[in-house]
Amino acid sequence: MASPAGQEPIPGTTIFDGRMAMKGYALNKMCYSFNEAAARQEFLADEEAYCAKFGLSDEQRTAIRDRNALALLAAGGNIYYLAKFVGMLGLNVQDIGAQQTGMTVEDFKAKLKAAGN
Amino acid sequence: MGKIVGGVTTSHIPAIGNAIANELFEDPYWKPFFDGYPKAREWLAEVKPDVAIVVYNDHGLNFFLDKMPTFSVGAAFEYENKDEGWGLNPLPPYPGDPELSWHIINSLVNDEFDICSCQEMAVDHGFTVPMALLWPDQTQRPVRTIPVAVNTVQHPLPTPARCLKLGEAIGRAVASYPKDLKVVVLGTGGLSHQLDGERAGFINKDFDLMCLEKIVDEPEALAKYSIHDLVRLAGAQGAELILWLIMRGALGKTVSKIHSNYHIPISNTGAGLLVLQSAA
Ligand SMILES: [Fe+2]
Repeated sequence: MASPAGQEPIPGTTIFDGRMAMKGYALNKMCYSFNEAAARQEFLADEEAYCAKFGLSDEQRTAIRDRNALALLAAGGNIYYLAKFVGMLGLNVQDIGAQQTGMTVEDFKAKLKAAGN
Repeated sequence: MGKIVGGVTTSHIPAIGNAIANELFEDPYWKPFFDGYPKAREWLAEVKPDVAIVVYNDHGLNFFLDKMPTFSVGAAFEYENKDEGWGLNPLPPYPGDPELSWHIINSLVNDEFDICSCQEMAVDHGFTVPMALLWPDQTQRPVRTIPVAVNTVQHPLPTPARCLKLGEAIGRAVASYPKDLKVVVLGTGGLSHQLDGERAGFINKDFDLMCLEKIVDEPEALAKYSIHDLVRLAGAQGAELILWLIMRGALGKTVSKIHSNYHIPISNTGAGLLVLQSAA
């Protein structure tokens, strides 16, 4: 729920500003590397070694190991780079939305649909 | 003389790329979305633009946090699409118009918009999905393209007011081009959506419909919002509305609305489409 100084926080929303970009740099750099198929293979072959190569913090490594989107965001992850990580795992934005909101994927999809009513 | 004939704004969700690849045009989930596009394509066939200036945001294909320019203008002979990490086959490259690009770059900097120029620029779904919706045949590239990328990844993002002004400056740049040439401006992304956090899945239909209306004749009303307002009202990624404002600024004072469509949900998004024609 972090917001830049002087801005009213928006519940359930972290503004990805300079502070978060510094905190998450290593994690996001690793996720950015997943644009390359060879990098994805290298990660999947040995996750711990790949995280070490990019110098991830313990908090970031745990969040990667747990596939925990909220923890990845709290550790400085940016959703656009994280999308490459979760995409590699075969998850889409409804799967991740459900995980973050503590809903089933079906309920999350129903909530999206209901926004159109 | 360069002439902006009009603009098209459309959402650019990655899932649309998959749906196109799988030809889900008649699928009940997708039909209300895809049915919005034939009218836009008819209008393009009528006005026959030579060039499309595509205002979009890179989602971590071409730019990383090591260097994050606020506004970037492509100046390449060709723009490549690449794997964004999901293993999809890249679409064929898009031809550029470097002569017009450099004219725009010179004009913008002279107009006090100190943009970043790019002689190599990979374009992601923010660029390719709208292009595929408007020109579906991937064996043909009937328009040359100039990508204009805007930072929506790392705050501070440029303000809506600044974006509207950048659009106006792009309009002046095109109007001062000595060659006869017709330009369409695409503003991609939006409308309301949020992918991250406990607020994921936030969609604001009323706000989206208000934006679709105001952007036609009163874009200044939308330019009054702060980025923080947009995040609150349209969701974290709904701030992509600034790309629509750049498009709108480029079209000049008076436009006529040719067509619009709005559908909830496509993926996590309120999907909007708007076709505007510039005054003759
Ligand atoms: Fe986007």
